[in-house]
Amino acid sequence: MFDWRWEFVSDILPRLVKATGNTLLASVLGYGIAAVLGLVFALTQRTRFALVNRAVREFVEFIRSTPLVLQIFFVFYVAPQFGVMFSPWTAGMIAIGLHYASYLSEVYRAGIESVPRGQWEAATSLSLGPRRTYSRIILPQAIPTAFAGMGNYLVGILKDTPMLSVIGVAELMHTANAIGSEHYRFLEPYTLVGLIFLIISLPTAGGLRRAEVKIRKKMGLRSI
Amino acid sequence: MSYIEFLTSYGPQLLEGSVTTAKQTILAATLAVMIALVAGLMRLSKNRFVYGTATVYIEIFRGTSLLVQLYWIFFVLPLFGLTLEKFTAGFIAVGMNLGAYGAELVRGGILSVPRGQWEAATALSMPPGKRMRRIIFPQAFLNMLPPWGNLLIELLKGTALVALISVADLMFMARKINGTTYLSAQVFGSALIIYYLMSRGLVTPYMRWLERVMARKLGKIK
Repeated sequence: MFDWRWEFVSDILPRLVKATGNTLLASVLGYGIAAVLGLVFALTQRTRFALVNRAVREFVEFIRSTPLVLQIFFVFYVAPQFGVMFSPWTAGMIAIGLHYASYLSEVYRAGIESVPRGQWEAATSLSLGPRRTYSRIILPQAIPTAFAGMGNYLVGILKDTPMLSVIGVAELMHTANAIGSEHYRFLEPYTLVGLIFLIISLPTAGGLRRAEVKIRKKMGLRSI
Repeated sequence: MSYIEFLTSYGPQLLEGSVTTAKQTILAATLAVMIALVAGLMRLSKNRFVYGTATVYIEIFRGTSLLVQLYWIFFVLPLFGLTLEKFTAGFIAVGMNLGAYGAELVRGGILSVPRGQWEAATALSMPPGKRMRRIIFPQAFLNMLPPWGNLLIELLKGTALVALISVADLMFMARKINGTTYLSAQVFGSALIIYYLMSRGLVTPYMRWLERVMARKLGKIK
């Protein structure tokens, strides 16, 4: 059978906890990029120019249909061919940010489309410009609908950060690999990584569900 | 080196990798569907042990990363006396992960069948097994097909991770060619396009076709 060594666990736990900080940082940074860029993707699919809408749509579809790990490699190795050197962190954040931006743009799009037509008409009749219509009328109403999807992808991005280990970002998985090959023991590091992910993702998912109920109630929407 | 020259020299290797990716996808998808059916039905059980087992399975596989699960199955399971070959470990990890997501789709699909259908089947004194098989499940299946289409694309993308335990799939071949030629744009670009064609050119049309066939069989013309 196997032997689980507690002293080994207490030896490596500080390193893993430190790496967890990097995992969380990567998730938050990646999500921040994705949240902003996703909004850009969502809004640029609603312009007056059919060609622009179509091009953004196809780009989003392309990113959504291809593996993130390959996109991480693509950004990291292809940029130097064009004379730009990215550090693993930069390349990783660009790749993960773009990937999740295309997912989030779909969430935003569904949210924006859920706002009743009358709201647009009312904004027009009050002669609000497009900027104020979006920022004051449409987006505040679109967010509660989009919230569930946005929360899912926050947890999703957290669980995808281990892929950054392939280009050498020192997050949890990378650290566990390093520990494993230093000590030739994989049982504890990989099991601990799994447990750390559970400890973070389960309460986050639960908290997001509760927040969703609260937001919907605040906006006077039926809870689902 | 022009792109045409690149394709003639390295196209066969990429194609070979694509075949492995297709095999991994089909095997993982079969496993995911089976797990999803079993775990999804277990989640509807009134028996707390049955329900609890499925819930723990689903929370563990949805709460951690596919990559962590893959490494765990490949590197840690042998310590428990269960050694899997890398190809097998690859599709099992992907299948078990996506199966956990699929289980929730199965559960949702079954719950979406109107109450009247359950009552009608009971009124015809159908035993529960037959009621599920002949009345509830076919309708639930049709309802859950569109989200399964998305899930299968996630699954196809997930198989790219098996390259990290050295299964010679498309991702693995792309990395290998990149390592010897440094033609990163060509090789990773081609691999991205192949993945895109597989998901939008094979998975999506197949799922659309399946939806049409099932709708016709259930007498719902789409």
